[in-house]
Amino acid sequence: MPDKITISINGTEIKTEEGKSILSVCKENDIHIPVMCHFPGLTDVGACRLCLCEVKGYNKLLPACTTLVAENMEIQTHTEKLKEYRRVIVEMFFSERNHMCSICVANTNCELQDMATEVGMQHVRFPFLNQECAVDASHPKYVIDHNRCIMCTRCVRVCSEVEGAHNWDVKNRGYNARVISDFDQPWGESETCTSCGKCLNVCPTGALWAKGSVQGKLDKFPEKITDLIEKRGIH
Amino acid sequence: MAETKGKKITISPVTRIEGHARITLQYDAKGKLDEARFHVNEFRGFEKFCEGRYFTEMPAITPRICGICPVSHAVCSAKAGEGIMRIKPPRIGDQLRRLIQLGQMISSHALSFYHLSSPDMLMGWDCDPDKRNIVGMYEQFPDLVRRGIRLRQFGQEISMYITGKKIHTMGVVCGGMSIPLKEEAREALLKWIPEALETLDMSLELYKGYYEKNKEELNVFAYHPTMYMGLVQADGTHEFYDGKVRLVDEKGEIVEDGFNPADFAQYIAEHPIAWSYLKYPYYKPYGFEKGFYRVGPLARLNVAERMPTPLAQKEFELFRQLEDGKVIHGTFHFHYARLIEMLSSVEQARDILNDPQILSTETWARGERNQHDGVGCTEAPRGILFHHYTTDDNGLLTKVNLLIATGQNNPAMNTSIKQVAEKYVRLDDVQEGALNRVEGAIRCYDPCLSCSTHAAGQMPLLIELKDHRGKIVRTLARGG
Ligand code: SF4
Ligand code: FES
Repeated sequence: MPDKITISINGTEIKTEEGKSILSVCKENDIHIPVMCHFPGLTDVGACRLCLCEVKGYNKLLPACTTLVAENMEIQTHTEKLKEYRRVIVEMFFSERNHMCSICVANTNCELQDMATEVGMQHVRFPFLNQECAVDASHPKYVIDHNRCIMCTRCVRVCSEVEGAHNWDVKNRGYNARVISDFDQPWGESETCTSCGKCLNVCPTGALWAKGSVQGKLDKFPEKITDLIEKRGIH
Repeated sequence: MAETKGKKITISPVTRIEGHARITLQYDAKGKLDEARFHVNEFRGFEKFCEGRYFTEMPAITPRICGICPVSHAVCSAKAGEGIMRIKPPRIGDQLRRLIQLGQMISSHALSFYHLSSPDMLMGWDCDPDKRNIVGMYEQFPDLVRRGIRLRQFGQEISMYITGKKIHTMGVVCGGMSIPLKEEAREALLKWIPEALETLDMSLELYKGYYEKNKEELNVFAYHPTMYMGLVQADGTHEFYDGKVRLVDEKGEIVEDGFNPADFAQYIAEHPIAWSYLKYPYYKPYGFEKGFYRVGPLARLNVAERMPTPLAQKEFELFRQLEDGKVIHGTFHFHYARLIEMLSSVEQARDILNDPQILSTETWARGERNQHDGVGCTEAPRGILFHHYTTDDNGLLTKVNLLIATGQNNPAMNTSIKQVAEKYVRLDDVQEGALNRVEGAIRCYDPCLSCSTHAAGQMPLLIELKDHRGKIVRTLARGG
């Protein structure tokens, strides 16, 4: 049995157990924290930084998804500073690659769009980087458009942890980071991809889609993946 | 505003057209008009940035070229995509696309006629420019203006009711329509028909009355024979959506009938010119200049043998009586042709809405890339439109070529300006009304520079007068 501990979130005392992440304790207590890279049932990696929290005694902000709670921890999840940081992060997502919502398959069914609304983004205050990003349509059924990828790595994790194929991985760092198929081959030439389509269902944006999807009409079923993870008892 | 000294007039930006442009009137040392040029100074490079995209995305991307004729671009893109897939949409998918396109013809033509051009007719060329606009018109002709605005609204509502968006229509996809028509939408749209027919009847009477009174001026206003190109049905009936490409010469003789749109590059060449981003297209076999042709409402009526609907057919017969020959060359009659086309569009929209199967949900054929190339061809309000796409083995676009209506009318627009300027503009005494006639010649074509340069925006115009040394001696500028 994990040890019982007491922590405080936004000034409210909460009794919980050791070994849990701040994010999961918040969820249990109906405290909503914005997340992008977190996907229920997949290992958290702390990639997007949207869930950053202030923890007393730490001079840097900590991601709620990968930070475990500890006795007497005092956590703030919604200070003005955090709200501003979250807006900045979302604006950076938009400025880093090329997100043209109006022509995107995921328009109106996109977690990035919803997040922009949630954090109150008015416009992008940073210069657009206009990176040249490829579209890979070599797979017979699917397309990956790196213009719309925010490097959350949900696809990488679902492919490896749920499907067990590990077609997806990441190359390079920072600005140059890209999701790759096998050893950076065209997706259509992958030897590991089973064409299961799980990555399409967890992708928060319109970066992964099935051929035949049209503007604003992308069907995604992330809840099916969550369901599968629960039924298979993964983690 | 303007000051008068000498030898070159620039009208820039041209008002009441779509986009940004400049007209230059170049005079020689003796003060004779040497050259008249319609410049377009913007460049957007749409063709370039579509490269690398997946071809089925194009019906969503190309409508962004223009807010006036997005449907034609969407339809043309979808058709090019269907070429790549080698599939055809189900009949109702085609009918719905046709319906939205008719809606766009109505809204675009209504904007051109009521909002942009009717002030010249009803208020007069020489009327105070502050009054010569839709607001000034409203004071004197409130009923007509209100009706014109409502007619345009009807056109937009067709798109709105079917796809949920007034301007950048959604739902046009490779393979048909992703959104079927709903009964409520059908009913709501049918309610508009009687009013729309009445408005067009009134407007046609008005146009014909205006023509009767001003025959002398209008018969020579930018009158110049050219060839004409447009779509017709297999039996030569007027067509907007799908048909064969017909080209007639200046006597109305058919020179091409049904060349495959995919081969358009064999028939039409484009000549780049130094002073504008618009190119000069011409009919290849006849060569540069002799092969200049016009497109758009006047051209469509000149290539057609009849209209597809009864009321429009009656008007078409009267229209054809204007000149003894088979074709009408008077540029001003673009406006007449526009009214007849709106009338036919309303009748056709009514017939499609009454199609017993129109609510069918079988509107979308699915398919995948089956060949590298696809060409789409359809009529936009301003004339025939071609999209040619080439993809790699995976369906990513490697080449995009768009041949657009205003571009095709470019050579003729310059001839029209020149004629009108020669007749009306006096270098020693430049009258505002004379410059307005020059602009009016451009407005006959209702050019859309957003499309032709694939550039955005509402267009203001600048007229420049230049002397034989190229020095600007007078400028007339107005906001759009
Ligand atoms: S492709 Fe989608 S799921 Fe994969 S990293 Fe990019 S945004 Fe995330
Ligand atoms: S959800 Fe925690 S860093 Fe992305």
